[in-house]
Amino acid sequence: MVDVAIIGVGLHPFGRFGDKSAIDMGADAVRAALTDAGIAWPQVQFGFGGSFEVDNPDAVTSRLGLTGIPFMDVYNGCATAATALQLTADSIRSGQYDIGVAVGMDKHGHGAFTSDPVDYGAPPWYGEIGHFLTTKFFAMKINRYMHDHGISHETLARVAAKGYRNGVLNPNALRRKAISEADILSSRMLNYPLTQYMFCSPDEGAAAVILCRADIAKEYTPTPIYLRATTLRTRRYGAFEVHASWAAIEQDDAPTVYASKAAYEMAGIGPEDVDVIQLQDTDAGAEVIHMAENGFCDDGEQEQLIADGETEIGGRLPINTDGGLIANGEPIGASGLRQVYELVQQLRGTAGERQVPGEPRVGYAQLYGAPGTAGVSILSR
Amino acid sequence: MTQVAFHPDVFTWPSDDPQLIGGRCADCESITFPRPTSCARCGSTSVEEHLLPRRGTLWTFTTQGFLPKEPYAGGETNETFQPFGVGIVELGDDVRVESRLTENDPAALTIGMELELRVVPFRTDPDGTVVMTFAFAPVEQAAGEGA
Ligand SMILES: [Zn+2]
Repeated sequence: MVDVAIIGVGLHPFGRFGDKSAIDMGADAVRAALTDAGIAWPQVQFGFGGSFEVDNPDAVTSRLGLTGIPFMDVYNGCATAATALQLTADSIRSGQYDIGVAVGMDKHGHGAFTSDPVDYGAPPWYGEIGHFLTTKFFAMKINRYMHDHGISHETLARVAAKGYRNGVLNPNALRRKAISEADILSSRMLNYPLTQYMFCSPDEGAAAVILCRADIAKEYTPTPIYLRATTLRTRRYGAFEVHASWAAIEQDDAPTVYASKAAYEMAGIGPEDVDVIQLQDTDAGAEVIHMAENGFCDDGEQEQLIADGETEIGGRLPINTDGGLIANGEPIGASGLRQVYELVQQLRGTAGERQVPGEPRVGYAQLYGAPGTAGVSILSR
Repeated sequence: MTQVAFHPDVFTWPSDDPQLIGGRCADCESITFPRPTSCARCGSTSVEEHLLPRRGTLWTFTTQGFLPKEPYAGGETNETFQPFGVGIVELGDDVRVESRLTENDPAALTIGMELELRVVPFRTDPDGTVVMTFAFAPVEQAAGEGA
C-alpha cells in the first residue's frame, strides 16, 4: 500500500461571515492549501468535498478552475471531514492518484442543527416530543459518566475554560475571549449538567488538506507530515448513542473506542507515543469522555489530570490546542480538517503562541457525531 | 375534554396501568422501543409486539432547559416554556428507554431511583383536545414509610 503525506493545509477562519457563501470559504481554504503546498490547482488530480448544508461541495471547482477532475461529495454527520480525509487518502493508497484534496465547508445558522428524525432512523414522533437534540444526549452521557467515575462539575468548567483560553491564541477561532470557570458554571443550564458555555456552537468556515504519495512528497515540501492512520467506525449493538429512543441493557463500547484501537494498530503506535491531541469537544463533557475512549487515560483519571493542567498546551497531554470545537464552533464539513490543520502546524513547529513545546512528533485527531459515527486520524513527522 | 395519545403505537392507553409498546425479536430475543420494523441486533424482520415493564430505575438523566426547535410540537413559546426532565430508564432486564420525566429538578433526581410510567398532558390544542404523552415519575415512598 502506498503511504500518504500531507503537503499543504489551508483554513478559512471559523466564525460568522455575513453573505459569504460556504463554497467561497471552501475555495479560500483550497487556495491557502495550494499556496502552502507550493502547487497550482491543475496539479490536483481529484478531490473529496464534505458539507452538511451545501448540496454540492463540488461547486468549489467552479471557483478554482474547471479542470474536469473527479470530485466526490460526502456527508457523514460530524465525522464528515474525517470521511473526506480517509477517502482522499485511500484513493492515493490504492495507487490510483498522486495528489488530491480533501476540503470541508459549512455555513450553519444559530442554534442547534435541525433535520427530520426519521432520516436518522429515529421514530417519526421523536422530534415532536422534544427528544431530537444532540445536546441532551451528550448531557445524559456525561451525567452517567460523572456518576460512575467521579468527575466533578468543576472539571467540566476547567475543560471549557481551557478551550476559550486556547481560542484567545488562535486568530482563526470564533471565540477569542477567555471565560472564567465561575462564569462557565453560572451560565444558563441548557441540559444538566452542561451549561451554555460548556457547549460549542454551529458556525461557518472551511478547511482543506492536500495529500500526496509519500514517496514524492519531498518534491513539494521539506516538511511533509505523514498520515499514519485513518479509521471510521459506526456504533455497535449495545453502545449508548445519540438520537436513539432506547439502549440495550447489554453494553458495548462507543464507536470511538473501536476507531481508536484500529487507528493505533494501523499506525503501529500507542497512545503513549502521541504528543498533541485533537478530540471532539461538542461539549466539555465529551472531551473528558473522549480522553478515555481514545486511550489517553483510564476512566476517572481525567479529574486529576485536568486539575493538574496536563491537558493544557504545556502539559503532558495537550488537547485541543487551537481551542477545539468550544472556541472554533462546528461547521460540520470543515471541523475535522480544522483539527488536521492544527496538528500539521504543531508537528511542523509553526503553531506560534499555541506551539506545544518539545518538538511534537505525533498528532492524533478524533471526531464523533450523529447517529453514532467516529473517525480517527494519526499524523506524524 | 377530549384526551388523545400523541401517537397510537407508543403506549397502551387509555388504561389505568399504561405500558410502553416495544418489540421483541423472534430470532435473537432482543428488545427495543418503540417496536421496530427490524431488529437492530441481528437484522431479523420478525419483531413481535412486546409490552414493557411499567417500573424501572433511572440510568441517567438531564434537563431540557431550552425550547426545542421544530419538529418539536409542545406548543410552548420561549416565554411559556418550562424546562422538563429527560432520562434513560432501565426497565428490568428488557431494555433502557429514553423518556420525559415528570420531575425537572436535578436535585430531586438520582441515578438508580425507582420510576413508574405515567401518561401525562403534553399540550392542549386550540379545540381543547389534550394531547397526552408518556413520562416516568419517581415512585413515592410507600404509605407509612418515613412518616
Ligand atoms: Zn434479533
